[in-house]
Amino acid sequence: MTVSTQAQIQAAGQAQPQRKRRELSDRAIVNLFIWPTLILLIAWNFFPLIYSLFLSFTDYSAIANKPPQWVGFKNYADILTDTQMWKYFATTGRYALVTVGMQTILGFSLAVLVREKFRGSGLVTTLILIPMMLSPVVVGLFWKLMYNPSFGYFNFLLGFGNPVNAPDMLAGRFANVPVPNLALWAVALVDIWMWTPFVMLLVLSGLKAIPDYLYEAAAIDRASSWFQFWRITVPSVMPLLMIAILFRTIEAFKSFDLVMGMTGGGPGDQTELIAVNLYRQAFLGQWRTGRASALAYLILIIIIAISNLYIRYINKANED
Amino acid sequence: MATIELQKVEKKFGANHAVKPMDLTIADGEFVCLLGPSGCGKTTTLRMISGLEAVTAGKILLNGKNVTWSHPSERDIAFVFQFYALYPHLNVYDNIAFPLRAEGEKKEAVESRVNEVVDILRIEHLLKTKPGKLSGGDKQRVALARALVRRPAAFLMDEPLGALDAELREAMRAEIKQLHVAQNATTVYVTHDQVEAMALGDRIVVMSDAVVQQIGTPAEVYYDPANLFVANFIGSPGMNLIAGKLHDGRVQVAGGVDTIPVPVGYRNTLPAALNGAGDVTIGFRPESAILADDGDIAGEIYAVDMHGSYKLLHINIGNGATSGIVHVRADRMVTFPIGSAVRFSIDPKMMRFFDPQSKQAIQQEVTQ
Ligand SMILES: Nc1ncnc2c1ncn2[C@@H]1O[C@H](COP(=O)(O)OP(=O)(O)O)[C@@H](O)[C@H]1O
Ligand SMILES: [Mg+2]
Repeated sequence: MTVSTQAQIQAAGQAQPQRKRRELSDRAIVNLFIWPTLILLIAWNFFPLIYSLFLSFTDYSAIANKPPQWVGFKNYADILTDTQMWKYFATTGRYALVTVGMQTILGFSLAVLVREKFRGSGLVTTLILIPMMLSPVVVGLFWKLMYNPSFGYFNFLLGFGNPVNAPDMLAGRFANVPVPNLALWAVALVDIWMWTPFVMLLVLSGLKAIPDYLYEAAAIDRASSWFQFWRITVPSVMPLLMIAILFRTIEAFKSFDLVMGMTGGGPGDQTELIAVNLYRQAFLGQWRTGRASALAYLILIIIIAISNLYIRYINKANED
Repeated sequence: MATIELQKVEKKFGANHAVKPMDLTIADGEFVCLLGPSGCGKTTTLRMISGLEAVTAGKILLNGKNVTWSHPSERDIAFVFQFYALYPHLNVYDNIAFPLRAEGEKKEAVESRVNEVVDILRIEHLLKTKPGKLSGGDKQRVALARALVRRPAAFLMDEPLGALDAELREAMRAEIKQLHVAQNATTVYVTHDQVEAMALGDRIVVMSDAVVQQIGTPAEVYYDPANLFVANFIGSPGMNLIAGKLHDGRVQVAGGVDTIPVPVGYRNTLPAALNGAGDVTIGFRPESAILADDGDIAGEIYAVDMHGSYKLLHINIGNGATSGIVHVRADRMVTFPIGSAVRFSIDPKMMRFFDPQSKQAIQQEVTQ
């Protein structure tokens, strides 16, 4: 502040030709602050982004001791024509749809419930928020224990005493008979449990921002509670709900830690979400850095496309 | 369309009275203004009539039916909120259509009714706009349209013009008056602006400190204020109130030698009301004073305000120890040098008396 003020004073008094002290001009200060940040940003974000884009067009492997060979769109073509890959994409899409859908419904409902002030509502709200504050790896680990068919709480609460004729969620079996997608839904349930509070939190802040007088006006206008809910509550919360859904959708497409911690993609490839597969291709035994980079870019494109739809909707809602 | 009756209606927030027990009967088609300074309980009264606020005690009748504990939606009233309370996510058309849709009206019926009120308020060009982009006056029109569209039995308006600038306020005031004349709907209108209340109301309910001070026509509250509060609150400036002493059928202005004969209407009631003590407060409007060289009261020009069509003189009628400024209306063409001596009389027909102890007006005897 003082430096720039002095610079201004000096600029104003142009009559003085000689400067007593060497001082930084405003421009120099601007550069001083901006360049370190820019350089950091370029080194940490921009360079890896561009370099991985380059690698996605090569056959590079991080453990092979040879320079990347340019292969053009081969990696992309391989992935897009691989039926196995399409299956992983489909699994991810299903997972995203179910988790985000349930989180939206449950999060909204919880928010509506918690909005009402009752004894201990603050405590209840805090308790509900705990799951999303935990580390996904920890959550994965203890749900793995909960799901354990012999001593887990999950089966116990469902009323199964004997592990022989009980479900083994993460193995995708019920009384030793394979159940399609059971493991996927088991993981989805944990995701829902963990992230419903996030949707609730955003919706709750939206609900709290609705002024009382709108409901008073609606009461005067003889609107039923049902009509008020759909015509005032829902539209008022919609922008924040959409942001919650956007965040959760992006996260769902990147889902990795929870699944990896619980099933590692198994049994078979039942829970092989695209991010899990990406990790497998990039590191686990395969080390196909070029192909994994191409896959990462495909996921990025999908996420950007989906985000764009939401963002367009949100902007449109804000505009008029 | 509707009569409204309040019987001993009161409201307490905790231990504090927002409205002390209040009686009020509003005739069908009447325009009643609740007038009083901020915080006197006007909004609370209106909200109790609407059902948005529960009464602490008392009874509210609408068309003779007891609605004290009915939900707002069962009262067939419209409420125009102080800050409009338009639905921010809906455009003007949807805002106005809201009450109709809430009742499940058919699309065509909604459209024709909305167009009807949109015509009345001349807001066709705004239908697609969201409230956030409207000017204050337009918001007010939309709020009025939303109130009108359901054709309610009664309108309740809470300082609907309070947030507008002076010029627009006057124009909108005329619009509301016009609307009332056209619709002839029972209206309760809250304002803290006495000019607005005088201009709009068939009757005015003057409130202060949670208590109804007077209920009367604009002329009644202006010329015959029930107490010192009303006398001072109504009119700008309010009624001149000067201390006096009664003896031998004449009133002496405090501190002065000048005396005024007691007007005919008060010859018997004044001594009776004062009960021998003699102290009285004299009230008169600025336009009820007549400047004359042989006037009853002497004073000195303290300040002169030019009001365009007339001048308002501030005359100090104090006498050394006491000082008292009264306002007197005077011809705009005459010059009054500051400090010069003037004399004036009070039109006896326009002179009013108050008991300084009880602060209540002293009644005139009824002369035919
Ligand atoms: N919801 C409330 N809770 C507590 N006190 C209130 C509430 N509403 C109004 N009051 C009090 O009641 C009195 C009358 O308020 P109000 O009716 O809004 O006055 P006005 O509309 O004449 O300005 C004020 O003293 C105000 O502080
Ligand atoms: Mg108010």
